[in-house]
Amino acid sequence: MLDDFFARAALAGVGVALAAGPLGSFVVWRRMAYFGDATSHAAILGVALALGFSSSVFLGTLVAALGMALLVNMLSHKGHSMDTALGVLAHSALALGLVAISFIQGARVDLSAYLFGDILAVSRLDLLVIWSGALVVTGLLYWRWSALLTATLNRDLAQASGINPRREELVLTLALALVVAVAIKVVGALLIAALLIIPAAAARGFARTPEHMAIGAIIFGAASALAGLGMSLWLDTPAGPSIVAAAAAFFATSLGRRKA
Amino acid sequence: MSLISAKDVTVCYDAAPVLSHVNFSIESGEIVTIVGPNGSGKSTLLRTLLGVLTPSKGTVTPKPGLSVGYVPQRLSVDTSMPITVSRFLSLPHRKFVADQSHALERVGVQGLETRQMVDLSGGQFQRVLLARALLAKPDILILDEPTQGLDQPGVAAFYRLIEDVRNETGCAVLLVSHDLHVVMSASDRVICLNGHICCEGAPTVVSETPEYRALFGLGTQGALALYQHAHDHVHDGDCDHHDHAHAHEDHANA
Repeated sequence: MLDDFFARAALAGVGVALAAGPLGSFVVWRRMAYFGDATSHAAILGVALALGFSSSVFLGTLVAALGMALLVNMLSHKGHSMDTALGVLAHSALALGLVAISFIQGARVDLSAYLFGDILAVSRLDLLVIWSGALVVTGLLYWRWSALLTATLNRDLAQASGINPRREELVLTLALALVVAVAIKVVGALLIAALLIIPAAAARGFARTPEHMAIGAIIFGAASALAGLGMSLWLDTPAGPSIVAAAAAFFATSLGRRKA
Repeated sequence: MSLISAKDVTVCYDAAPVLSHVNFSIESGEIVTIVGPNGSGKSTLLRTLLGVLTPSKGTVTPKPGLSVGYVPQRLSVDTSMPITVSRFLSLPHRKFVADQSHALERVGVQGLETRQMVDLSGGQFQRVLLARALLAKPDILILDEPTQGLDQPGVAAFYRLIEDVRNETGCAVLLVSHDLHVVMSASDRVICLNGHICCEGAPTVVSETPEYRALFGLGTQGALALYQHAHDHVHDGDCDHHDHAHAHEDHANA
């Protein structure tokens, strides 16, 4: 089955959806949409670094995303206006990455693969990386679930229950960097945040508990991946954007369901 | 030992002291009300006692293994998060359904389990927060302006509920109120805070006097009491609320 490029692509998409669903729910609850943008845009800088030092692209994006996520996390505790700070950081990281890549000598770099993803070219090794990353993130969130939820509702409430809210934020930061690093191959740096937010937002209308929403987000994410891939195959559209377009369609249909 | 004790605590925001040289302790079963004007550091003191803020000077020592039931001043559940009352009560630790419904019943909002938190009214929300705090079987209940937005009979009813809970469970109660003069009559001590502890004492139970009746009506059944401030110093500038202690006598006579 893994010999078929389409099957590999489908598995990659479902793997990313598995991690992006619950993590994306937290991104929505904590209003961290821009946080996701900044982290994923930093991945382009990571690609440039990886190519420059000829190390693995996965490692480069992971390090850059983690660095950006920690930087943003730190800034948010210093009382900066997050909206502007994140806007500056997100787009600066993207621009710096694009500039840096232009300096890379030798083999021409196919930038669009990193900006928009290259899910149809996913190798067996990529699949291994994606699923390992996805399982680590899902496991991490499952393990910390109750503490993360409490800290998301109210930091002081968490503290009074013996939960350190900063540690929980660090867990989310770490998970976000990991998801960005594994998802860049699937939807590309520009659309990772969409894959986090849209399925979770679509699941909101159907959910009564946080757990329902997280599971719903996984289902919508996986369905979007499959629908997007199908569309890409039949209509010859770019795969990554097609996946996000499918997710947007799911979101639109969920709007009627939303009852506060 | 005391449940929580603070020794010579100073807390600064950006180098400006919000609290200076505060000494505080609360014993088990005690009800302590902290009053003070806006910006007097009441919430800062609570958050320092909870361990959210670290004092710049001094120490805060909770009793080892202390279980705290905390009712925050505001808790806004983001509309993007679906969460039922039942799920909320189980944060961070799972609670049995029977215990949940018992806790809700105790605070007077039985049957709300399947409602969404965002759909609750202000009074219901406050009581659900209290139910959650009680489910932790606390040694101490810490409430930050729990009666905000309630009318006077509502405040009196809430204070009676807290008093009953204390009598049943024996937990200590630490309560913050922005009302400088009308406090919970069951308070063993009232502490007036304005950056530092201005004065401390027991509330005057005046519920028998006709003036009290005129002020509060009959509906409050003695849950409220007056607190007579006895400051031995005068504040310079705008934090002067010294003369209020006399002002309410005029109100009572009017």
